[in-house]
Amino acid sequence: MDIAVVVKLVPDLVEELAIDESGAALDTSYLRLIVNELDNHAVEQAILLKESAGGQVTVIAPDLEGVDDILFTAAAKGADRLIKLTGAMSGVNNYALSNSLAAIIREIKPHLVLTGVQANNDLDGSVGPRLAALLGMAYVGYVSGVTPANDSVKVRKEYSGGLVAQVAVRLPAVLGIQAAGKPPRYVPISKIRQMSKTARIKDQPAGDLDAGNGAAVKHMFKPEMGTHATMIEGEADEVADRLIAIFKEQDIL
Amino acid sequence: MTIPENSPHRSFSESFIASLYDLPDGERIRTCLQCGMCGGVCPFGYAMEFPPNKMIATLRADVFDWVMKSQSVWMCISCYACAQVCPSKIPLTTTLMTRAKEELLLAGNVPTELQQALENSQRYGNVLGQSQRKRADWTKALKYPVPLMGQDRKSADVLWFVGDYGSYHPRIQLVSKAVAQVLAALGIDFGVLGPDENSDGDSQRLAGERGLFETLAAKNGQALRKYKFNQILVTDPHAYNAFKNQYPALGISYPVKHYTQFLVERLDQLKPLLKKAANMRVAYHDPCYLGRANDIYDEPRQLLQAIPGVELVEMSHHHTTSLCCGGGGGGMWMDGFQWEKAQARTTNWRIKEALAVKANTLAVACPYEPPRFEDAARNIREAAELAVKDIAELVADALND
Repeated sequence: MDIAVVVKLVPDLVEELAIDESGAALDTSYLRLIVNELDNHAVEQAILLKESAGGQVTVIAPDLEGVDDILFTAAAKGADRLIKLTGAMSGVNNYALSNSLAAIIREIKPHLVLTGVQANNDLDGSVGPRLAALLGMAYVGYVSGVTPANDSVKVRKEYSGGLVAQVAVRLPAVLGIQAAGKPPRYVPISKIRQMSKTARIKDQPAGDLDAGNGAAVKHMFKPEMGTHATMIEGEADEVADRLIAIFKEQDIL
Repeated sequence: MTIPENSPHRSFSESFIASLYDLPDGERIRTCLQCGMCGGVCPFGYAMEFPPNKMIATLRADVFDWVMKSQSVWMCISCYACAQVCPSKIPLTTTLMTRAKEELLLAGNVPTELQQALENSQRYGNVLGQSQRKRADWTKALKYPVPLMGQDRKSADVLWFVGDYGSYHPRIQLVSKAVAQVLAALGIDFGVLGPDENSDGDSQRLAGERGLFETLAAKNGQALRKYKFNQILVTDPHAYNAFKNQYPALGISYPVKHYTQFLVERLDQLKPLLKKAANMRVAYHDPCYLGRANDIYDEPRQLLQAIPGVELVEMSHHHTTSLCCGGGGGGMWMDGFQWEKAQARTTNWRIKEALAVKANTLAVACPYEPPRFEDAARNIREAAELAVKDIAELVADALND
């Protein structure tokens, strides 16, 4: 089963985030990028599938700071082909990104396309569904485990309220991964170093990055502190009486 | 063991044993008597399917893959207890146990808890996964200045390597502040690396991640080469072990002292400053990487005895028989894993030893120890009054300022 995995780089939240002078974007001077956690699960899921059903795994990531390391780490885990999407990738939106990715994936002709179901810098999770629409494939999101069958896969999908479904998906298909079947594995530095010497990263121009009708950020700000809290002081009994009175006033009791 | 190295029939046991021979004194493994003292003295030997003696037996029987399939080796806390008692003087900790962990790591047989600490070290340069930019934040708003190399000065007599826990862990930051206070009282000309400092990497190495250790060492070497200083001062015995025994082979060679050694050298100057008398019955816990790994037993005790009002007592395990806190060799990051396998913590055992000699203070000299022993003391009713203090804190408390 040949699999293409789409990986994004997102701001590392260990570093404090600041908003730049435009007021509509993050200040990138101290920003460090890290592989999107759910995309990392998508890579792991692809490797697990390769280990159980064979095939080739191609990992595609945009050319941003730290991308080589991320691709070599994927190779050390077992990925066969590494593709770096080159062009003005900083701040590119999911609309433009999906268009470029779809063109590449059409050439690779994989049976399965995996990507994280969302990322901390977009939360709209539109890469997977848009890729599916552009490629004419089925899409299932919030997947936490994939088992290969003949010309299909069985996916485990979580619903709210603690419900879990098993869905059979005919291939080719795009899956939005929430969690791999197993936690992403650790790769010793020596293996990554070895890959950085032997594995080859193919540069692929992203082409026309048309932001199209995709959402654009107009204003970015930190959550404002609420001023609606009232501190009730006094003895426990007084506080309790006051609380009951408030609940009655608000029609809660 | 006469099959040539390039033979396709060479088994994993054979290539593994050959890799041990390449290490210093590694060939001593041939002289194993199968007496079992290593497995007996190991604090977690009872919880291992394959304690060191059995590992050697599997090597001889050419079935070392049994060891590779088990997670037994991850119970090793690299405390040197086995190497210390081995009548054949086999350096078990540095050869067999560490090499086995390296192979398990390469094979992907890694406990998840350990993985997190290694990933943090890879990405952030510290096991706690904190921003490197905040590494010197603990020095802000201190009564005693902690000069930052590069920013405040280019050269100093002493370069203080603070370490991950001393920089970020709230409990160990208190120890760092105590050290800063003592250095200020002695008028030491010193500086710290701050954001340029990376984890010493020694415990990651002993947890099988040699490549990561080398990467971290290279970063530290690069940072140190930027400045002029005469010696390195460390507060962490694991950093001491790295600078003393491992970094020189990587081309990073500086005179290094643990703070207990450094302060004992200045005891004539320090002693008159220690005026506040305390009423303490102190049991001293020898950290593995000061004691068994590096033969430093006297200086910490000399320092404690210089504090007025301190009565020093020895627990049943002391000096070469000291009982590991469980934090070495990656154990610091595998608490849940250890508990699952052993259903016991060495720290609880140690606290009971301190109570048995009626100590009211357990003195330590390693940053892994205060949180580990304090957690254990909280679980033992009789230990409610037992204080766990780093020696540096006891010295700072006795300063008359």
